[in-house]
Amino acid sequence: MLKFNKHHAPWLAAALLAVVSLGAQAQADLRSGTIFSSGMKFEEKDGESLYRGICQGCHMPDAKGAQGAGAYPALADDPRLAAKAYPAIMVLKGSRAMPSFAMGLDDAQVAAVVNYVRSHFGNSYRDTLSAAEVKALRK
Amino acid sequence: MSTRDVPSAMSRRELLMMIGSVAGSAVSYRAMASLGLTTESKYQGPIRLEGDVKGATVLILGAGIAGMVAALELRKAGYQVQVLEYNNRAGGRNWTLRGGDSYTELGGFTQKCEFDKGLYLNPGPWRIPYHHRGILDYCKRLGVALEPFVQVNYNALVHSSKAFGGAPRRYREVQADFNGHVAELLSKEVAQKKFDKKVTKEDREMLLEALKEWGALDKKGAYVPGRESSERRGYLKPPGGGLSAIPEFSRNIMPMDELLQSRLWAAIGAGHNYEMQTTLFQPVGGMGRIGDAFRREVGNLIRFNAKVTRIQQDAGKVTVNYVDTVKGGATQAATADYCLCTIPLSVLSQIEVNVGAKMQAAISAVPYEASCKVGLQFKRRFWEEDEHIYGGISYTDLPIRLIGYPNTDYHSGGKGVLLGAYVFGPNAYEFTAMSPEERVMKAYEYGKMIHPQYRDSFETGVAVGWHRVPWTLGCAGAWTEEKRAQHYENLCQLDGRILLAGEHASHIPAWQEGAVLSSLDAISRLHKRVISA
Repeated sequence: MLKFNKHHAPWLAAALLAVVSLGAQAQADLRSGTIFSSGMKFEEKDGESLYRGICQGCHMPDAKGAQGAGAYPALADDPRLAAKAYPAIMVLKGSRAMPSFAMGLDDAQVAAVVNYVRSHFGNSYRDTLSAAEVKALRK
Repeated sequence: MSTRDVPSAMSRRELLMMIGSVAGSAVSYRAMASLGLTTESKYQGPIRLEGDVKGATVLILGAGIAGMVAALELRKAGYQVQVLEYNNRAGGRNWTLRGGDSYTELGGFTQKCEFDKGLYLNPGPWRIPYHHRGILDYCKRLGVALEPFVQVNYNALVHSSKAFGGAPRRYREVQADFNGHVAELLSKEVAQKKFDKKVTKEDREMLLEALKEWGALDKKGAYVPGRESSERRGYLKPPGGGLSAIPEFSRNIMPMDELLQSRLWAAIGAGHNYEMQTTLFQPVGGMGRIGDAFRREVGNLIRFNAKVTRIQQDAGKVTVNYVDTVKGGATQAATADYCLCTIPLSVLSQIEVNVGAKMQAAISAVPYEASCKVGLQFKRRFWEEDEHIYGGISYTDLPIRLIGYPNTDYHSGGKGVLLGAYVFGPNAYEFTAMSPEERVMKAYEYGKMIHPQYRDSFETGVAVGWHRVPWTLGCAGAWTEEKRAQHYENLCQLDGRILLAGEHASHIPAWQEGAVLSSLDAISRLHKRVISA
């Protein structure tokens, strides 16, 4: 959770109003962002932090994706996530506009974020991906 | 000069290697990168497309720099040109956010820019190197006024939250002390004839003299408080006039070990790179003035709010389907003999287009970089009034990475907008993943650690995370050497009646010059095909 101090007061009110007016999606967004990695590796460890710190930039806080000139696919209620290797490969290799995160995330982080997405946003796959399985997929 | 038999003279590269072994590889890499491995812009002056174009028609997709360069030149050569553009404005990533502008990013987050009149943020490109001759020539031809962009400001700050108690240092102090320490160290080694296998006797004397000058060493070859070092790092009390004229030399030289450990030296290389070397320019009034100027020339050819959904070619023509993003309605079709597509690959890779397998693979091969910029308006130009920082950039290890000062309206006495964050890498993802309001808040919080005046002067901000920009899905194509080897030539081919242009089809990624040169190269080849048909 963000820490607010008194010096925010004059404009925080306006910022909060703007955020609230954007609805539930933006409120969820306010819970994120307290982790800033110090180098070229991501330092978020658990699945939720990884999703909030990286994935929701494109796939959005509610995982419903977005549509502009091009689109970001929804991860919510996504039958393509049934095979746990699929999201892991996407994260490791990237696809079209999506960059590869093979360098920025270690095996445990890839497993954590895949397991998080596969068990949230209307996805309820019971099986989990292990770091060892991620390691094997890197080859 | 004696014949250079043995021992061989020390090369500049070897000198840099030595510096690198002292300072860490980053410095020597940066220094070497500026040693002439790069080439000048291939721009040869205004393009000449001569010959009978036989009434040929060209459909251009995208009214960014590449698209509008092509529109302007092809029309001039006699082609019938039409342009489809997704946005309701021209320029693409040549873009300035001003007070009164409204911007909605993906996810529906809308920001109303509340900057005062005349103040702005360039969310995309913000500087033009002097050797980017193509984009500069269009500025000249289209009457876009330029002013200097300050890349290196010796009085700006270099900051590490982990060094010197979190207190920023001045750029000139960091550079002077780093060079001074390295020069003294090398000078001692050279004087002790440590490099006699590499440096001739004559060159040894020359090298000692050069090191003394380069590092501001005293007569004994030491980097110590005195006139020499003060002339680089500044005085404790600068020379003045009248009875208060006597200067006091600077005494607070940073110890070498502390300076090395601080990593502040990493910030003094940026201005050495070819693309950042003085002189750089910016358009007066914001980078978007270039897009505005092109629009004045070719705006009547552009159909705005047109979202391309399909690109199909057959033996005789190209047909592009699009929908009007404002009025909606049925899918419409535009046809032409040829199509120049400047749509970013991040978007184009999602559009059905019947090109060959190799070009298709190239279109799908390039992911797009994350980047984020935050603009912050302050009611007072405290950086000028309190700290005498006129333009340029301060660097920090905080997630905002830098603070850019306005290179214009000095001494205006009014408000000003700082670039409060310009972020790549993991921090760019983390910034983009936040709401715009939170990005502004974070830029404020971190910037306040460097300039406490933020607290009393901050008014309003805007933030652009490039992965959420609806029409690019990222800031620029992220090529790697491997991907270039495999796909670049295939991407740039004329495939039947379709060819591509944009920064992604250049070797100057993320620079406007890349878009210009790519466009000129593409239309030259297209024209050759047309007149020889």
